[in-house]
Amino acid sequence: MPAFDLAATPLRDLNHALHAVTPKTNDRAFEIRNPRGSHAVAVGCSEPVTVAVHGSVGYYCGGMNAAADITIHGSAGPGVAENMMSGRVVVEGDASQYAGATGRGGLLVIKGNASSRCGISMKGIDIVVGGNVGHMSAFMGQSGHLVVCGDAGEALGDSLYEAKLFVRGKVKSLGADCVEKEMRPEHLQTLERLLAAAGMAEVEPAQFRRYGSARKLYTFNIDNADAY
Amino acid sequence: MCGIVGLFLKDRALEDRLGEMLSDMLITMTDRGPDSAGIAIYGKATPGRMKVTVQSDAPRTEFPVLETLVRDVAGKSAPITVKDSHAVIEIDREKVDALRAAFAAAPQTFRIMSVGETMEIYKETGLPKDVVSRFAIRSMRGTHGIGHTRMATESAVTTLGAHPFSTGDDQCLVHNGSLSNHNNLRRDLLRQGIGFETENDSEVAAAYLTARMRAGSNLGEALTSALDDLDGFFTFVVGTKTGFGVLRDPIACKPAVMAETERYVAFGSEYRALVGLPGIDAARVWEPEPASVYFWDRDGAAGQAMLAA
Repeated sequence: MPAFDLAATPLRDLNHALHAVTPKTNDRAFEIRNPRGSHAVAVGCSEPVTVAVHGSVGYYCGGMNAAADITIHGSAGPGVAENMMSGRVVVEGDASQYAGATGRGGLLVIKGNASSRCGISMKGIDIVVGGNVGHMSAFMGQSGHLVVCGDAGEALGDSLYEAKLFVRGKVKSLGADCVEKEMRPEHLQTLERLLAAAGMAEVEPAQFRRYGSARKLYTFNIDNADAY
Repeated sequence: MCGIVGLFLKDRALEDRLGEMLSDMLITMTDRGPDSAGIAIYGKATPGRMKVTVQSDAPRTEFPVLETLVRDVAGKSAPITVKDSHAVIEIDREKVDALRAAFAAAPQTFRIMSVGETMEIYKETGLPKDVVSRFAIRSMRGTHGIGHTRMATESAVTTLGAHPFSTGDDQCLVHNGSLSNHNNLRRDLLRQGIGFETENDSEVAAAYLTARMRAGSNLGEALTSALDDLDGFFTFVVGTKTGFGVLRDPIACKPAVMAETERYVAFGSEYRALVGLPGIDAARVWEPEPASVYFWDRDGAAGQAMLAA
């Protein structure tokens, strides 16, 4: 089991080791200690390895992740799992702003709260937050799911495309072109699947409300033709 | 970018280590801004006396002149402590105005960085580690302190453009962000008789808070009104003689992390700045909410946070 103590080993050694993993590598369980808020911990993993980070991290942990299963036993700074492609990133604590930004796939689980702009410009990633999310979450979200077990801050889903949003608690306000939508059986199934994948199977899907795009902002309206 | 750190001690047993802890926090933030660095430390008060911190670009030739000026105003009753390019004059409160007038009339280029019963400000261009060692910050004791390392955006890289900014006795402010209505505000404040040393936007924020507090607001109230009157991006950390405050704008894109234990309240632009603090693993660590005022006061009201929005 490769172990890295970031109090003694440079971060680049860790990321080089992660990038050197090939399909033939046997040793696939990485342990990282003393991250002490370092930036870019375990970014760019492209093989199905497991990475356990013991402590809190700074910016961009797990960024660009493809295939790896990364667990942060602590809190994460801005941009955790930014542009994730696949795999899974789990934050046991809280996450700072723009968690999962621009993510194209995979699952991001934040067990605590996420702050502002969670899932901004998400493009296929699934994000499950155990607590609350801050303002402007899922801004311009294009696809994927954002599940919030707590409350959402101001302007949820502003300028939303086709990302699907589920919130169990209160929504402080909806952003432009974001509306509440009917919860149909297929949505409840999706929620059940995502909550189970996030290890939150005890949370009841029926308690959520669904939000999505009214599709008035990103589609051309013939009545506006004069404006062009 | 810019990096901010702040430390407000609740446990008096930590006061001997304030300078050391704050120095380590600030040095950790060096890569957020290499242009200039500064620290405000709130130390011990002597009843009836004020500390006037003065900076000079030519201390060797100018501080002897400074000494003469001080002696003319206060005789031998005002000891001067020189630390590199800064000098701290301890003087009777009622003689501060006369000292200011004497400095203003002198042809030298030294300038007053701060005036306060307890606060001293040290700031220069260069890296935090150099600023910290030039002014022997590590050995300083005190109740609370604020540090800043700057990546300049709105005005020149000069000593005066470095943070913290002080626009009132024992008051200082550090800022990460940029204000967009600072020229208008500066004009308003000039009309109210507040003077400015620089073209810097952050100095306007400091002066704004000073004006509000002069008009009778406490630190928390002054910060709350700042949300209505300041336009732009900001994370502020503010110090007064007994208080310590934090404010982020409603967009909150400038980072901020806070930690609180029974022994201290700490602020960092990043969690990295906090990891060396005692008991950090058991601390309550959180990201301050947008458009929310946080302030603590040694004269009570500790831990108070109120939602302004």
